[in-house]
Amino acid sequence: MLDLKAASIAANRFGFGARSGELDAIAQDPRGWLRQQLVPEALQAAGTPSSAQLSQFLQVRRERKADPDAAKTLRKELQQNFRAAAAKRTLDAAGSAAPFRERLVQFWSNHFTVSIQRPVVIPVAVGFENEAIRPNVLGSFRALLGAAVAHPAMLLYLDNAYSIGPNSQAARKINRGINENLAREVLELHTVGVDGGYSQTDITEFAKILTGWSIANNHEPNSGQFRYRPFVHEPGDKTVMGKTHPEAGQDEATAVLNDLASRPATARHVATKLARHFVADDPPKEAVDALARTFIETDGDLHAVSLTLIGLPQIWSAPLTKVKTPNDLVTSACRTFGIADAEAGEMLLIGLKQMDQVPFAALSPAGWPDIAESWVSPEAMMTRVEWAMAAGQRLDGHADARDIAKGSIQPVASDSTLFHIDHAPSSAEALALLIASPEFQRR
Amino acid sequence: MSLDTIILPRRAFLSGVGAAALAAGLPRVVLADAPTDKRFVLIILRGAMDGLNVVPPYGDPNYAALRAQITIAKPGDTDGASDLNGFFGLHPALAEIAPWYKEGALLPVHAVASPYRDRSHFDGQDMLENGMLSPRDTQSGWLNRALTALGGGGGDRRIGLAVGQSIPLVLRGPTRVASWAPTRMPEANDSFLTLVQAVYQNDRLLSAALADGIRATAAADQAIGAGNAPMANAGTAGSDDGKPNQYKAQKALAEAAGRMLADPNGPRIAAFDTQGWDTHAAQGGAKGRLATALGGLQASLVSLRAALGPAWKDTVVLMATEFGRTAHVNGTNGTDHGTGTAALLAGGAVAGGKVLGEWPGLAETQLYQSRDLMPTTDLRAVIKTVLYEHLGVSRDRLDGLVFPNSSDARVMKGITRA
Repeated sequence: MLDLKAASIAANRFGFGARSGELDAIAQDPRGWLRQQLVPEALQAAGTPSSAQLSQFLQVRRERKADPDAAKTLRKELQQNFRAAAAKRTLDAAGSAAPFRERLVQFWSNHFTVSIQRPVVIPVAVGFENEAIRPNVLGSFRALLGAAVAHPAMLLYLDNAYSIGPNSQAARKINRGINENLAREVLELHTVGVDGGYSQTDITEFAKILTGWSIANNHEPNSGQFRYRPFVHEPGDKTVMGKTHPEAGQDEATAVLNDLASRPATARHVATKLARHFVADDPPKEAVDALARTFIETDGDLHAVSLTLIGLPQIWSAPLTKVKTPNDLVTSACRTFGIADAEAGEMLLIGLKQMDQVPFAALSPAGWPDIAESWVSPEAMMTRVEWAMAAGQRLDGHADARDIAKGSIQPVASDSTLFHIDHAPSSAEALALLIASPEFQRR
Repeated sequence: MSLDTIILPRRAFLSGVGAAALAAGLPRVVLADAPTDKRFVLIILRGAMDGLNVVPPYGDPNYAALRAQITIAKPGDTDGASDLNGFFGLHPALAEIAPWYKEGALLPVHAVASPYRDRSHFDGQDMLENGMLSPRDTQSGWLNRALTALGGGGGDRRIGLAVGQSIPLVLRGPTRVASWAPTRMPEANDSFLTLVQAVYQNDRLLSAALADGIRATAAADQAIGAGNAPMANAGTAGSDDGKPNQYKAQKALAEAAGRMLADPNGPRIAAFDTQGWDTHAAQGGAKGRLATALGGLQASLVSLRAALGPAWKDTVVLMATEFGRTAHVNGTNGTDHGTGTAALLAGGAVAGGKVLGEWPGLAETQLYQSRDLMPTTDLRAVIKTVLYEHLGVSRDRLDGLVFPNSSDARVMKGITRA
């Protein structure tokens, strides 16, 4: 039996909406459609490795006094590369054959936020997602955590690359010391959460353990990649959250990450965030419990956790609980209207800037907020409507609002929405109204 | 596209509100009397501002040793602080507004903290804004409850204004507030908005936001006027180094807030955010990330003052952050999350020209947990004083509604001219 309502939930809550004609196909077996997406990608993400771009950036930063013009040119080039890669990322998600997997990539990328608010992240932001996040979203949480924390983008964004143990060999020569930013955010944001039972001392000790996790500079081998620096590592045994880690250099942080990944508080923290993203802003306890249980029982197997997500009854009983973020909105508009290249999509993509969600530009390490209240202030609502109107004008002549409505929002749309789209004064306004409608603004 | 081309059609939309809007059931703009003619602006410094370098205690014998290479030099030295009172100085990046201190329009309060004692930005900001004793309580913010106490939610008059794309927690709550941000998009015409309102009828969240958005846009455009409008581009990410655009965007926000507050029929209380205070690395001394953030703040204040015009004399601006930073410089030319910090007050209604707060000292034993500036003044006491003296919120309402469980944070003396 065709279940178009479930198909709509599968396409929107788990993915980025439905391509033309896709809804009918999904309706054959909505849960099966989601499950078959949960296979690792055949081709790992291509593109320039972030280390090459970072290496260039580091070299120019070193030489910027000697050759300021070259520095400026390269900075511009890296900016342009970033913008192009970010646009491609949105369009790739919009056109993906596995949009659920793509949403998981973006969810985890936001969980482990790196942000271009720090300019050094610009050359590595998109690479971070492709190299550290993408290959690990269906593997173990521990592997994902390790890849994210050890990636140069994270080590630079949260300052660990230049943190130096106060009693390390390097400290005798260099007037620098420890920086606890990464240690704090791994605990607070990435693993056990703010109520996870750690103290300031645990943060400081973990920061000592992380000293030495750095990046290779441009005059070193493997420039722009992870590099452990024994000379800056704080010597001695350290205790984090009741667990003593004997001096073991680089492996100490590995041991702490192992410990953190297996704590029930981490399971709870991750389960809550997943449920908030996929079920509702205020996630029902049953959904959080189910996800946390799977996480604990499978040692953080994210494939199993994703299957649990598909099975949550709370998702299938209530459509449209989540207001789309600007990123969801723009990506789903590109998918719904079949926009595949940056030039055609320019007007839609500019919405990301207008609605204040430039990819990889979150204002803090906590990432983008995941509740409606953060995205639908009166001002933001006006911007959404204005963007919808501009999009309607841009798409006019390329798409028919009634056809598109049928293949996208119809199974969950109110009679009033469909009526007003039908009777809109112009085809551009019909398209704009479809995009502005509650059924398209929500997922 | 200049803002003029945006404002004009919007104004046209406003003037056309009559028939079409009534038909659509839009509320008309009715201007009730405001409960106060005083103005209050809250600037939230997100990321934990380093009070020790913004208002450096250059007279403290331990200051320079703790701060090492990021020490702010003494007044008179190269790149030195502006002197305030022979003990405290003001960061050189604030040199343009240092004369406000002598004029009595600038008042630092030092060694300040909210009741929050852990060091998470996110919980710290929640507690800075919710005015409660736990970061978990995020139903409403103290400024919204102060509006409630002032009766600022009655009728169609919105006394509170959030400047920026989202409403910060401090202004969220039962009393409805206006919000405004610059936009570069063509605005929607009224017939389209009417249609959208019709399809939002059964979506309470979206319809309420849209109705408020329409109202705020109209009010803001009226107040700002078409001429001379601030260049509107709040987006900073993607600029070459993030700096010039950032200043421009900040100035535009502050200027717009000032103009709207200056309007006798406009809002009385506004809040906006500034970023860039989380100086873990490359914080620097006279130059560096902190100086950059302060440059933006100073530009905002100068724009705000100019835009307020005669209303400046009735204005208190409070600049507050979630917590301070470590007393010691860290390993990367910066500082990590700490506790005590400084709050800054500015405005014609401020009793400035002095530094308030009991100085705890910077010796190892005087630091909080041997690491941070020891807080000696509860930030809630500073805020309560402004709300009480300047805006006229009663003590009962302050303790019962605005800041429950704050009886130990007593109203102070000498903050405002009221």
